[in-house]
Amino acid sequence: MTGLPKNSTGWFCVTPALLFTLLFFVLPFLGMAVLSLFPKGGEGFGFENYAQFFGNPSYWRALVNSLEVTAIVTAVSILLAYPFAWILANVVPERWQRLALMLAVLPFWTSYVVRSYSWLLVLAENGVINQMLMGSGMLSAPVQLANSRAATVIGFVHFFVMLLTLTIYANLKQLPPNYRKAAADLGAGPVSAFIHIILPLTLPGIMVGAFLTFVLAIGDYITPQILGGNNELLLPQLIMMQIGRRGDFSSASALSVILMAVVTIAYLASARWLKIERT
Amino acid sequence: MSETVVVEKVSVRFGSTLALDDVSLTVSPGSYTVLLGPSGSGKTTLLSVLGGFQEPTSGRVLIGGEDCTHVPPARRPTTTVFQDYALFPHMTVGNNVAFGLLMRGMAAAPRREKAREMLAVVGLAEAFDRKPHQLSGGQRQRVALARALVVEPKVLLLDEPLGALDLKLRRQMQDELKAIQKRVGTAFVHVTHDQEEAMALADHLVVMNKGRIEDEGTPEKVYTRPATRFAATFMGESTIIGNRAIRPEHISLVAGEGNLGRARIVDVTYQGSFKRVAAQGKETLFLVRLPADVAIAIGDEVGLACDAARMIELPS
Amino acid sequence: MMARIVSAVYAALIYGFIFLPVAVLVLFSFQGTLFPIPPFNGPSLRWYGAVLSDQRLTDGLVNSLLVAFITSALATIMGFLSAWALARFWLPASAMIRGIITLPLTVSYLIIGMGLLVMFNLAGLPRSLFAAGIGHIVINLPLCFAIIYSQMGAHQANIERAARDLGAGELRVLTLVTAPMLWPALFASFFLAFTFSWDEFIISFLLTRFDTTLPVEIWNMLRAGLNPKTNAAGSLVFGVSIVLAIVFEIVAFRKRVA
Repeated sequence: MTGLPKNSTGWFCVTPALLFTLLFFVLPFLGMAVLSLFPKGGEGFGFENYAQFFGNPSYWRALVNSLEVTAIVTAVSILLAYPFAWILANVVPERWQRLALMLAVLPFWTSYVVRSYSWLLVLAENGVINQMLMGSGMLSAPVQLANSRAATVIGFVHFFVMLLTLTIYANLKQLPPNYRKAAADLGAGPVSAFIHIILPLTLPGIMVGAFLTFVLAIGDYITPQILGGNNELLLPQLIMMQIGRRGDFSSASALSVILMAVVTIAYLASARWLKIERT
Repeated sequence: MSETVVVEKVSVRFGSTLALDDVSLTVSPGSYTVLLGPSGSGKTTLLSVLGGFQEPTSGRVLIGGEDCTHVPPARRPTTTVFQDYALFPHMTVGNNVAFGLLMRGMAAAPRREKAREMLAVVGLAEAFDRKPHQLSGGQRQRVALARALVVEPKVLLLDEPLGALDLKLRRQMQDELKAIQKRVGTAFVHVTHDQEEAMALADHLVVMNKGRIEDEGTPEKVYTRPATRFAATFMGESTIIGNRAIRPEHISLVAGEGNLGRARIVDVTYQGSFKRVAAQGKETLFLVRLPADVAIAIGDEVGLACDAARMIELPS
Repeated sequence: MMARIVSAVYAALIYGFIFLPVAVLVLFSFQGTLFPIPPFNGPSLRWYGAVLSDQRLTDGLVNSLLVAFITSALATIMGFLSAWALARFWLPASAMIRGIITLPLTVSYLIIGMGLLVMFNLAGLPRSLFAAGIGHIVINLPLCFAIIYSQMGAHQANIERAARDLGAGELRVLTLVTAPMLWPALFASFFLAFTFSWDEFIISFLLTRFDTTLPVEIWNMLRAGLNPKTNAAGSLVFGVSIVLAIVFEIVAFRKRVA
């Protein structure tokens, strides 16, 4: 029963999805790649956009900022989410876990734009934190919390702590409890059981979560734009600036190709953890 | 005389492996045929060829006298009971059983009636409105059987149908399977690797190994006169001496030498109704079945004997 | 005991962090005065009234629901058909086809939106809700495909085989057996696609012009700075999403019990 049937039904069913993806995903991307080689105001074909990116420190800086912010966000989110997921999976009584988890991801359901805006309410100069600190006399003048890299990181971490809690929790629950019992039975204390058994077994889940965090964070425009402001630009902000202020689609395309290349490198680096399998 | 199924020189090749190697087989009307063999013996592939799920690389399959070699499963007069039952999880038991009739364009009322009748035949009349996941393993097995039988196939194919059940239920279902087969009179072809199940069910037993048929016939014939060395060892235990085989129950203990020589007992396993004993002779390790009350212990020296007429000659 | 206390404190801190902005958002949506900052002097429903009488916002809401519904339905159908084809039929280069269909999963929405913007520009097509809808299908199709494909295992294949064995043709296998059998996966993928489309901002921002979706309208409100009306709109969106999530939980949970 190994051979699959060969017939036209298969083609008939796969064609809409395949054609759609080719037409509205692959083709636009290729179009963008081509357009990036015909700089605005240039003399036809040329690499000026890319030369500008690697030559102009303010462009180059945007990529470095993006990578720094994404790396910080990914690391902090995992460090915060792992113990939290662990507590949800192992300390919270079984029958409350579903509710505890649902609560933990409830703010997921606010719209992305709204979520960033609500952090602005908290962090703004006349926002909740500053008012509270001044009200209690701990501060005499408001501190600048919003419009900074810290604000961007907080906004991102908020989102990804929820996402990673979900994936790590699912991973921890999948571990058969007998693994830990077996480790304890063979003389491992809780710490060495964690290091030798639990951590290696949950590593694939962490990698998937880390990759998702990386891809979603590095390509996001909303959070840095609302919370970070324009003090330091991240790559997506630079891209939007090209089309917004300058109407330069060619340069925006080149920057998109570069962003895509960064994500692809991250994907290749973690590809073996990310297989889609049929159950 | 028209046979229900005739398989003529069928071979199936998957890449470089030969899953079926020039197999020919005949299934008589109303018979219960069991294909027995270890995993990888080709028994499941042969069943797939009969059901139309696997096209043979060469050879022909005739069902009811018609050439069905290239006929798809939907248009063959065969139905299959799958090992995982493959019940439609979203339909009631009644709709599962009636599905084949719906496909044949039968109206709703007679369809329900026939489905009910067939469920009664398998002893599950009361489950008509339930969902498959509300049933036990044995009950699902019966629904699968009813679903396949209700369309009145010329041959019913069963792919390790009892494999998912525990031992006790398996023995009970195997008796019921035989009874149902006698009641409906359809030819059954049943694949298994359990030789006890095979012996209990088969009118016609087919022993397979490495894509070939090693032996076939009634279970009694295959047990008492196995055609090959493989058949002699796979169907029950044997001690092989040269090109002869002896069943454990045909060896007895004697004082003195005996015609099989002297041996030292190396293992005794108490099995309730008998003792299974291993005895090391000069060159051969004998398997012997002794009455449960025989007093014997590891290390005893005994003489072994056997009625020469009970020795099975194997082709060399 | 010590460990339990540490756990409880840690969990409380994380919950606090997770809920802080949402709590502030909702609280100050009931603010009575012009700014959503302490001190709180509500509760008042004046800003909800302002949101509901704002034609642009209500239009955006309707547009969002329409786009989400239509694009998720199309993405689910195409995802289902292609998953079935790839799981059940022999196709040349099927691994490559699978790769192409799932490719957009790993690409930032910004890039997908940019690509479509560039292409539509070159083709001379105007920006519109329709263009944004195409973008939403691009992001959701691979998701639907992956969810449904993952549910088409050997057991499901056997069930389809049983249907064929009993005389069903391909169309009837698909409509009477495969689709109803995979109903939970189809529902989950539609629902997920719906929420993604409902929440999507950047593609709609790039590809729509006058008629646009709710997230873009809310973005436009942000220019006014901190404003309780934005709080009220955001809280409403939050409320709708929560209702959707609860409906999903109930339906999915019922499915598991049934």
